[in-house]
Amino acid sequence: MEPHHYQHLYDILTHAQGYIFPNEIDLQWGILIVVYPFITGLVAGAFILASLERVFKVKVLKPTYQIALLTALSFLLVATMPLISHLSQPQRAYEILITPHSTSAMAIFGFVYLWYLMVVLLLEIWFDYRPSMVVWSNEKKGVMRLVYRILTLGVNDVSPRALKWDRKLGYIITVVGIPSAFILHGYVGFIFGSIKANPWWSTPLMPIIFLFSAMVSGIALVMLVYMIISYFRKTVIDLNVLDTIGKYLFFVLILDFTLEGLDQIQRIYEAEESFEIIKLLVSGKLYLTLFVAQGLVGTLIPLITLAFLQFYKHKIKVRKSMYLIVSILVLIGVYSMRWNVVIGGQLFSKSFSGFTSFKLGLIGLDGSLMAAFWLILPIGILTFLLWLLPPWKMVPEEE
Amino acid sequence: MKFYIPPQLTRLAIAFAIFISLFLVLRHFLVPDTFGEYGHYRGASLIDNALPEIHYAGQQACFDCHQDIEDLKKQDVHNDIHCETCHGPGQKHVLSGEAADILKPTGREFCGRCHSTNAAKQISAVFQIDLKKHNVNRNCLECHNPHQPWKMKK
Amino acid sequence: MENEKVKSSRRKFLKSAATLAGATIGYTWLKSSQFLLYGAEPEDKTLPWYGIVIDIEKCIGCGSCAKACKLENDVPKEPFFFRNWVEQYTVKNDGSVIIVSPNGGMDGFEQTVPDAETFKSFFVPKMCNHCAKSPCIQVCPVGATYDSPEGVVLVDEKYCIGCRYCVQACPYGCRFIHPVKKVANKCTLCYHRLKKNLAPACMEVCPTGARMYGNLRDKHSELVKFLKEHTTQVLRPHLNTGSKLYYNALSSEVR
Repeated sequence: MEPHHYQHLYDILTHAQGYIFPNEIDLQWGILIVVYPFITGLVAGAFILASLERVFKVKVLKPTYQIALLTALSFLLVATMPLISHLSQPQRAYEILITPHSTSAMAIFGFVYLWYLMVVLLLEIWFDYRPSMVVWSNEKKGVMRLVYRILTLGVNDVSPRALKWDRKLGYIITVVGIPSAFILHGYVGFIFGSIKANPWWSTPLMPIIFLFSAMVSGIALVMLVYMIISYFRKTVIDLNVLDTIGKYLFFVLILDFTLEGLDQIQRIYEAEESFEIIKLLVSGKLYLTLFVAQGLVGTLIPLITLAFLQFYKHKIKVRKSMYLIVSILVLIGVYSMRWNVVIGGQLFSKSFSGFTSFKLGLIGLDGSLMAAFWLILPIGILTFLLWLLPPWKMVPEEE
Repeated sequence: MKFYIPPQLTRLAIAFAIFISLFLVLRHFLVPDTFGEYGHYRGASLIDNALPEIHYAGQQACFDCHQDIEDLKKQDVHNDIHCETCHGPGQKHVLSGEAADILKPTGREFCGRCHSTNAAKQISAVFQIDLKKHNVNRNCLECHNPHQPWKMKK
Repeated sequence: MENEKVKSSRRKFLKSAATLAGATIGYTWLKSSQFLLYGAEPEDKTLPWYGIVIDIEKCIGCGSCAKACKLENDVPKEPFFFRNWVEQYTVKNDGSVIIVSPNGGMDGFEQTVPDAETFKSFFVPKMCNHCAKSPCIQVCPVGATYDSPEGVVLVDEKYCIGCRYCVQACPYGCRFIHPVKKVANKCTLCYHRLKKNLAPACMEVCPTGARMYGNLRDKHSELVKFLKEHTTQVLRPHLNTGSKLYYNALSSEVR
């Protein structure tokens, strides 16, 4: 790797502008660290949408409840992989759990993640699916019977009392889950927002901005997944579902846009020592990804489209395709936002006097193929989970 | 009245208990012995960091053999400059005594690193000459003894 | 009657247990303001507590320090990895600032701005600030970087996971990932030399005595005397890193 890496660095050196500290030519966090908060955001957002249905009893969203939960789980299972594959000593990753440093945002993330995975997401899904899994295990034969048996952890009680407890405990978990989802993604924002050395990252609003953009992306993803699943199962898309999700997406997007706008206005008005370099950054190297991809494509166009959809009731087919396009655009926008934060924050020198440049490789552990792999893997997992735990075959709940 | 504990809870409690104890057992074996000895780090790392071999021997090691140079230097302005500033890392030479293991820099470029004019060098800090004007075709060592730069050679 | 007694003794027990737990939690909370904010505390008062002085007026930009550092510490020679480097700042008459550091200053400097356009110019040697409240230690997730009892910020190469968070957290750009060892790397103030009573390599070779290290706790040390007699400044004081690298004659353009 060495000579190749050096060649890459010499190449970058010729593209550096102004003065940068010599150690800054080597840009440390590449595309995998862009993918990581993107995936984590999808998890938090999808989960929050599921919780809306359950806690606030939004009956319309019922068809997406399990889809949202399973989507969240499939992405959460992969969430740490880009991080671990980015370490230069991945075999030592376990140290983060056995000797976590209490002052490190990254160390505590390991536990926040475990809490969210084990206590929130898995438990909620388990309570929700247990009655159905008991029934399935009785229906199926052979291996699948055993699989469902194991998944129920051997709790086969389907008496009304036990079922009542499933619902009750599931509800408690959901209530605990909402703040957990907030913490999970707020924490990811904190990992960046707490770096006082980097003025592009260091803002108290960072966790909140990450949280809202997470909700935006998660909601859009569930909408997309719902449409895709309906397409493959050849079932009719319930337009009420899309309209309701679209409404939420609209409101959260407004909030997200406002927050990010406020953050930038504050930054511009205060115009601290880093202002000049950041002005050059956003008008130069980040112009395409910030103003075009994130602002126009990912925020303004979806916002206007969604606003339109609130007032005008177009033909069903038109609305469906508009929702499809909006959800994709929003996902692109949030991905660009992660890019702008992670890569943007490393492009300018901490000397505030120059820029390094970032060249995205195709292959290698830190290349775009690897990133694409970690983004596609969750979709594979989701397909598997939908086969293993099909929401449409669940035993109907009796109230 | 008997208190009802839902079977789900007991089973989950067992699962979590197993998981947590497994974690604690693993943790017990994985944490390095000296971790936390002085702070939140591996105490033995202090020793690791003190281990590397030195390459620069320090001026005293030079004078242990080269008393004559020490005396020469004392009489002139290069006295405060330690030997390895110009001669490079000397530990290898100290151990071997081989002349090949120490640098003997010559050439205008080398002297110029300190003595060429530059607006950033304070006049009081170093005596500067313009390499493009000062005795252009001659080597510094033809006139100056680096150990006694102001005592001109004839 | 019997029942009452049991109850009251149980209450007493609970009460004292609660007090004990509360006091313990309170004490640890008070004691460890380190919980979120990292701050090194010199615990062993018999050991020195190192500080560094760099006198900009004396630096002539020869680059001996940067070169010696690479040789002493086996730092890869490629120009992307420096524990120690020198920058030349030139403020031009029009107010613009030119900063250069060709190959970290290792081969000396050629004046890039002609005298006629130069308002002022000076060299700034850079190295780890060995902060007492260092951001890099604060963010390390596993405890692979730490303050030695002498106040030297060190890396545990056998424990570092290579997450690069510390590189991001250092406002001075003093850290890098070693391309061969694949762990964080930085100035150790030549810890291996200090332990043998030798000066750090950069200080050993500095021809003008522009660099100085010493015991901040010893009020009679040369270092403390210098700090008393000169107006010194640390880099980026507003970031509150507790830097222990003090610059004499630091100009406001320097970051």
